Amino acid sequence: MESPAPATEAVPTKLVLEHVSKSFQTSSLHVQALDDVTLRIAEGEFVCLVGPSGCGKSTLLNLIAGLDRPDGGTVQADGQPISGPGPHRLMMFQEAALFPWLTVLGNVLFGLKLVNGLSSAERREKAEYFLELVGLKRFMHSNVHELSGGMRQRVALARSLAPNPGVLLMDEPFGALDALTREQLYGDIQRIWSQHRKTIVFVTHNVREAVCLGDRVILFSPNPGRIREEFSIPLPRPRDINSVDLARYSTEITRVLKGYVQSEVAG
Amino acid sequence: MIARWAVASLFFACLIGLWQLAVNAHIWSPLLLPSPSNVFIYLWSSLEDGTMLEATLVTVRRLLIGYGMGILIGLPLGLLTASFRWSQDTIGVLALGLQTLPSVCWVPLALLWFGQTEAAMLFVVVMGTLWSLIIATDTGVRTIPPIYSRAARSMGSSGFHTWTHVILPAALPFLLSGMKQGWAFAWRSLMAAEIYVTILTGFGLGHLLHYGRELNAMDQVIGVMLVIVMIGLAVDKTLFAPVERFLHRRWGTGRQ
Repeated sequence: MESPAPATEAVPTKLVLEHVSKSFQTSSLHVQALDDVTLRIAEGEFVCLVGPSGCGKSTLLNLIAGLDRPDGGTVQADGQPISGPGPHRLMMFQEAALFPWLTVLGNVLFGLKLVNGLSSAERREKAEYFLELVGLKRFMHSNVHELSGGMRQRVALARSLAPNPGVLLMDEPFGALDALTREQLYGDIQRIWSQHRKTIVFVTHNVREAVCLGDRVILFSPNPGRIREEFSIPLPRPRDINSVDLARYSTEITRVLKGYVQSEVAG
Repeated sequence: MIARWAVASLFFACLIGLWQLAVNAHIWSPLLLPSPSNVFIYLWSSLEDGTMLEATLVTVRRLLIGYGMGILIGLPLGLLTASFRWSQDTIGVLALGLQTLPSVCWVPLALLWFGQTEAAMLFVVVMGTLWSLIIATDTGVRTIPPIYSRAARSMGSSGFHTWTHVILPAALPFLLSGMKQGWAFAWRSLMAAEIYVTILTGFGLGHLLHYGRELNAMDQVIGVMLVIVMIGLAVDKTLFAPVERFLHRRWGTGRQ
């Protein structure tokens, strides 16, 4: 029996991270990638994690994906501790991690085949639907190397969306693309997000990108990786990355970010 | 396409022409250098009396069994050495060392262990194939970008599924070149074995070559060599080349 949610908490919490820490030992140094990080992300929320490289943003994504375990603290999804990777929380990587031995369609089907209880006709239908959604249905029989960088990331997006994950984890997915392609994808991702209402955790070091996409922008600082500040972005959607309002937010956040970096250097 | 055929035909016609010219010049005794027509006559007669076909079947059968065993053992061992440190330090080092050993070196050992038997033949072929296949598989698996496994894991793939659906297909270009190399090594080792080991369970092409030398029948020696080359070409063109073309098309590698 599910009791009706109280009015004050209309949106349930999807992800809860409490006092999470994680460190790595490389051959030459000890890196405290995350130190006592606590974060709540609501269902359907679009959260952007911003910070200089090495601040543990990607580590945090890996923990949520279940690809890594925290040294301390807990990571929960839907109230359950995360025990491993799975099709409920899918990760989209920096470079298109598409499989070159499969066609575009084969790549999208790969994740769907790992979801139980789908007939092959249903899988095919879903794959085609999501390829249509990213505007690449007519390339479904193409080989991966025949696509441009932007198209590849669109396929990767379709592949991540197709198994219907509750959470989409994006690790600088547009980092390697040119500015024009990136702007197109900002539009696409906002459109798809507003249609499908996934919970998205988006890692980037591009403040403007974070402001353009996120409901919330969370600022990380490195060594050890910690959350420094949080910003709500109440701008209406769809947002244009070149708008003046957006620039106002990103200027402010960049100023705060620079403050940290400088105080780190000074201290 | 027709132009390519024409060029190739012309090239080989020229080679045979040069050969005939060399014969006509009488620089070497006809015992040492038979004319193309003599070799052709030998090939024709050996086809008619069935010796060539029989020898070919015996050799190809040994080759396929030995090569197949080499792949069946080498592939899993290569996957093993790529996956665990301990197997890399043991089997991996062993394979690396034995790979450098010319396969003809296995012949004396095979003779002592197995005597004049079919098993001796297969042993030499397997030893000739196995080690390079292990090395090729190992290299192939190690060269795979780790992002593929991570992406697959994030989608819920693990264990055996990751091996069969990600690691093996990703390593396919390397596996194929390893298998091609293994095939060449298998041929080499089998010919060495057949020339040195005489067994009564079947006369292969190597034996035919060997007896050609003993009987001073150079038309036979050159004829058998031609057959060996033809089989090698046929296998490459019918078995390996189509797979290679497919891989190039998929991966977008190589030239058209």
